[in-house]
Amino acid sequence: MSLAGIGFILVGLFFLLVAAIGMVRLPDVYTRSHAVGMTDSIGGFFLLTGLALYQGFSTNLVRILIVLALLYLLNPVITHATVRAALRSGLKPWSKEKP
Amino acid sequence: MTEMRVFFLFVLSALAAMIGVYLYRVIRGPTVFDRVLGLNGISTKAIILLVVIGTVYNRVDMFVDISTGYALLNLVAALAIAKYLEERGSA
Repeated sequence: MSLAGIGFILVGLFFLLVAAIGMVRLPDVYTRSHAVGMTDSIGGFFLLTGLALYQGFSTNLVRILIVLALLYLLNPVITHATVRAALRSGLKPWSKEKP
Repeated sequence: MTEMRVFFLFVLSALAAMIGVYLYRVIRGPTVFDRVLGLNGISTKAIILLVVIGTVYNRVDMFVDISTGYALLNLVAALAIAKYLEERGSA
């Protein structure tokens, strides 16, 4: 149980690291939203699942799972709202050829 | 038990370093939407950080409540900022 938790935590740290690299390296808002919206969500999912497994069967497991569900629901919603605001206010997506 | 404490302190420092990376995007971001996205990433890290701190100090029941409140507060703030920027209508 505890060993599986450590494995999940390490996988989650890997995904969060990839999201952080993407946040620095990607060129504009629309591509960076992939790093925040998807990779960050899956990293938080793995990390919180690992912490819940480390707790063992108790009420703390249920509490951590509630935070996990909240995070997994809200993170894509916020990213979607931000990107929609960017699109509707007329920000052009990045393209390789400079106009 | 002490090696688990060292492991969780490693996780804590890694998360803090990632918050620094996102802070770079918040400060340097060319548009305001980059800053909002960076703040969203920072708050995600802060929620996870609070749960890890609770695991280190064996007080998960208390810290989970704090992180739930932080997540809901972050949702309201980020949606309000996004709605405002959408209505204002200029990149």
